[in-house]
Amino acid sequence: MSRLIVRRLLVSLAVLWLVTLLVFVATLLLPGDPVRAILGQQATPERIAALRAQLDLDAPVWERYLNWLGGVVTGDLGTSTATQGPVNDLLGDRIGASLVLLVAAAVLSTLVGLALGTWSALRRGRAADHTVSGISLVIAALPEFVIGVALIVLLSTTVFPLLPSVTLAPPGEPVWSQPSQLVLPVLTLALVVTPYITRMMRATMSEVLDSGYVEMARLKGIPEKTVLLRHALPHAIGPVAQVIALQLAWLAGGVVVVEFLFRYPGVGQALIDAVNNRDVEVVQAITLLIAAVYIVVNLLADIVGILTNPKLRTEVTR
Amino acid sequence: MTTQVAVTNALEVSELRVHTLAGSPVLKGVSYAIAPGEVLALVGESGSGKTTAGLAALGHFRRGLAPAGGAVTASPRDGEPVDVLGLGERERRALRGHTLAYVPQDPALSLNPALRIGRQIAEVLEAHGYGASGEERAARVAEVLGEVGLPADENYQRRYPHQLSGGQQQRVGIAMAFACRPSVVVLDEPTTGLDVTTQTLVLRTVAALTAEHGVAALYITHDLAVVSAIADRVAVMRGGEIVECGAAEEVLRRPAHAYTRELVDAVPDLDGGGGLPEPDGDTETLRVTGLSVSYGEHRVLRDVSLTVHSGECLLLLGESGSGKTTLSRCVAGLNEHHTGTVELAGTALAPSTRRRTAEELRAVQYVFQSPYSSLNPRRTIAQSVEVPLEMLTELPKAARRERVAETLDRVRLSRTLAGRLPDQLSGGERQRAAIARALVTTPKVLLCDEVTSALDVSVQATIIDLLCELRAELGTAMVFVTHNIALARHVADRIAVLRGGEIVETGPVGDVLSAPRHEYTRELLANTPRM
Amino acid sequence: MTTQSTVFRRALSLPQAKIGLALTAVVVLLAVLGPWLGPWLTGYDTTGFAGKPFQSDGVAGTDGLGRDVFTRFLAGGATLLLYAVLATAIGVVLGTALGMLAGYTGGRLDSLIMRGNDVLLSFPQLVFALLAIAMLGPQGWLLVLVIGITHAPRVARVARQATVAVKDSDYIKAAQLYAMPRRRILLREVLPNITGPLMVELGLRLTYSIGYVASLSFLGLGIQPPSADWGLMINENRIALVVEPWGVLLPVLAIAVLTVGTNLITDSLASAAAGREKEVAA
Repeated sequence: MSRLIVRRLLVSLAVLWLVTLLVFVATLLLPGDPVRAILGQQATPERIAALRAQLDLDAPVWERYLNWLGGVVTGDLGTSTATQGPVNDLLGDRIGASLVLLVAAAVLSTLVGLALGTWSALRRGRAADHTVSGISLVIAALPEFVIGVALIVLLSTTVFPLLPSVTLAPPGEPVWSQPSQLVLPVLTLALVVTPYITRMMRATMSEVLDSGYVEMARLKGIPEKTVLLRHALPHAIGPVAQVIALQLAWLAGGVVVVEFLFRYPGVGQALIDAVNNRDVEVVQAITLLIAAVYIVVNLLADIVGILTNPKLRTEVTR
Repeated sequence: MTTQVAVTNALEVSELRVHTLAGSPVLKGVSYAIAPGEVLALVGESGSGKTTAGLAALGHFRRGLAPAGGAVTASPRDGEPVDVLGLGERERRALRGHTLAYVPQDPALSLNPALRIGRQIAEVLEAHGYGASGEERAARVAEVLGEVGLPADENYQRRYPHQLSGGQQQRVGIAMAFACRPSVVVLDEPTTGLDVTTQTLVLRTVAALTAEHGVAALYITHDLAVVSAIADRVAVMRGGEIVECGAAEEVLRRPAHAYTRELVDAVPDLDGGGGLPEPDGDTETLRVTGLSVSYGEHRVLRDVSLTVHSGECLLLLGESGSGKTTLSRCVAGLNEHHTGTVELAGTALAPSTRRRTAEELRAVQYVFQSPYSSLNPRRTIAQSVEVPLEMLTELPKAARRERVAETLDRVRLSRTLAGRLPDQLSGGERQRAAIARALVTTPKVLLCDEVTSALDVSVQATIIDLLCELRAELGTAMVFVTHNIALARHVADRIAVLRGGEIVETGPVGDVLSAPRHEYTRELLANTPRM
Repeated sequence: MTTQSTVFRRALSLPQAKIGLALTAVVVLLAVLGPWLGPWLTGYDTTGFAGKPFQSDGVAGTDGLGRDVFTRFLAGGATLLLYAVLATAIGVVLGTALGMLAGYTGGRLDSLIMRGNDVLLSFPQLVFALLAIAMLGPQGWLLVLVIGITHAPRVARVARQATVAVKDSDYIKAAQLYAMPRRRILLREVLPNITGPLMVELGLRLTYSIGYVASLSFLGLGIQPPSADWGLMINENRIALVVEPWGVLLPVLAIAVLTVGTNLITDSLASAAAGREKEVAA
């Protein structure tokens, strides 16, 4: 089993390396003179020269890649062209702020999704099941900003003006100092992914409940609660972990739109600014960061899958 | 409530009706009774409702089904008879596993893959409060494992289901059922998918346990030969009804109902058959020499050689894992990773179909095991049968159509079915279509890979008759691959026994069946149930 | 006559399909006819000055630059729809081809294609699009291409899995028996038998494409001003949500109705395809 996990780990590392390559190659796509493309036509010669030196443009491509990769590996993400400061400083607080958003939304949606999905599966074909399926089908269709705007109209401006629609904390102060400003962004993100987790949990649980071993457990006269906890649930964990991982990765992308909508001082907002400013090194750093989060989350899900599968777990003893 | 009688039936089912939720009947008034220590076989083909009837005895109905009348009366060892269907879910649960036990068809699906087998047996005991203490229960787990002929030690109990063979898994299922000393056990095709030697072992275990502990057993099966080996009485089911019920000997020897007669006649018998056409047999059509296949360390076939003459049928006998399908695929050109040669009328064939000429491809044809997967679900029957002509001949479209129609006639498939899709046909009709596709190029060699094992007994017999007739009409050399030695006299002239990738015995059918030379063949013959 | 049409027919008999079709049809008609209807109904064009900014003139008021919101709303769906359909087509065709090839061939080509997929899958689709836009700027062809490319590996996964499920079927073996060329096996034996999951994927990708194109425009990085576009309108008008809500609400509603509609159709296709598979297995 440990060999399997180590192999999975190596695959993740290889993918991560290819991702760095892809992110770096993207910068080669900058049309014409990259410095002109970044700074625009009105740039002074001094700034152009400074940027050329900073981007190391006179060095061969592979050397530039190695320098950049070396920086990334040692934790130096480069220099922002827009602020002229280190990317690390720019992102430091924002990573924390985004993580708060992500973790809160992930915990909320996972708990609600698993509970609703299981409940729905146990009431298959009844009114409650149809209601849950219908609602999750509708919400699953909506893009993040549609849900966000709907929540703003409903809870912040027009119908019930209860919560702030934008983040108000002054720069420097942590976002969680005013918890009310977190509610709408977290709720939006949670609403985006909960339907998927619910649907998947329902499908997986239905399949498990129809399985031969659950029927057998019932025919053995095992109490229903034990049937669920001992015979059904453990088999749903593996596949559902995969879906949750996929949804968390989706959150990592959705966070961009949500932060922009609520003017939330996180990584996603920074990415939009950087794209608008053509702040290439910041864009590189953030896309790499988000991809890394995705890869790690998926790795964890696969490891959960391996650990919950007795066939893989006992492979060595065979 | 009846007053206590000296001998009561352990299970009585009367006028049981089960409907789908939409209201169409699945069981139309089924009645039977089983006394303690008695084995009643419930026989029926697929779709007869036999599994529904078996589960209903435990008061269990699968999703989409509901009881619509009738009664199930069970007598616990230590109490009054109870009406199972009249009980609430909680009381029914108390009966299941305790008074009424169930042995499922496929233990690979029915044992929880994530729980150790000892745990799964102990669980039944715990649920029903068997024994006073944990030690007592542990002792019972060990005891019942011993009763079904499995090791009872701690180490064995700590195994997971996937670490056991199919036969061992099934015996764990039986141990689970007998753990609480139930008064009734329902066994749902418990030996399907097991090889004959293991089947005999399982049947003996069941017979011993029911006799020894006075357990009433409902043995559900489609296999009449197994019935004669285990059952005291037999009930024949068809379309949700019991059409005939009586002592096993009586029903099998002198069936009263037409359907039962049809079933009994259709069962291939080791001693039956005969009257096969004499092969003209002097031209050697197919010769396989020194064929070996290995996947890594695992050797699937070792140095296999055989010959088949024109108009002759060779029965290639082997259990699952013997390499019989690999061998036939090598001949067909579907497995190119082999050494050794395959010759057609003296000319060596290339290992892969891609390197064979159209003429060679036309000459070697293959009929697959399951007609449910061998026909493209998106093509009509006529289109599927036409494909070989399209790929392997230069015939114009009109001539191809003509040939397809002729071939469908030849396999006795109505031309009206030609425009249908496979899922609008029955299993037997599909297999005829698949045979038509193989015959449309008038092959010299026809390879039939377990062509009857996915079909019901009565359909199996008609397909076998068809193949025999075709062989006589066309003089095709045939290789009939099967795990069922009982088919031998019904189809084949010669037999080759394959075991672990080696041919251990070969010879004319009569000689091999009456005087087997190899130990393995003798064992197979001894373990094959006869009617 | 074929099973394929029965999947459609069974899907259409489901209530969610009918609702979905109606919702989708309304918005598609609006988006297609809107650019012509707008000037004719309101007398303004999409960029013309109609009155003071953020006033309640006309059907839905004016926006921050004093343009007529209703005219812009009517004109704002066409480009979005076009881009979304093109991106979906690219993604599904590319993904199906790669997935079928990988699934059927197996071996080294399979690993190569699927590892390449893994790399692309490591980026959330929107983030990958932003990376491309940061380098090449927000241009129409780039939006279509980059969203299509990010769909491809996701479609490929489904196509590969479906292909692997049928490739060991005996009817494929039978085709090999007649030395049928690989391309023909893929097109005539495999493809017709995996249309169920592919149709579902098509619907899903269309729903997502609409969402992504609208999201990028909303972020200011998709369709550019002064074009009239629903996503862009939400961005331009959201500062005045309290004063003049229609500039935000109309496009939000249109996008919501459209995506819900396509998702309902997709779901009915999925149920119909799953039902068919169950029947075949039974």
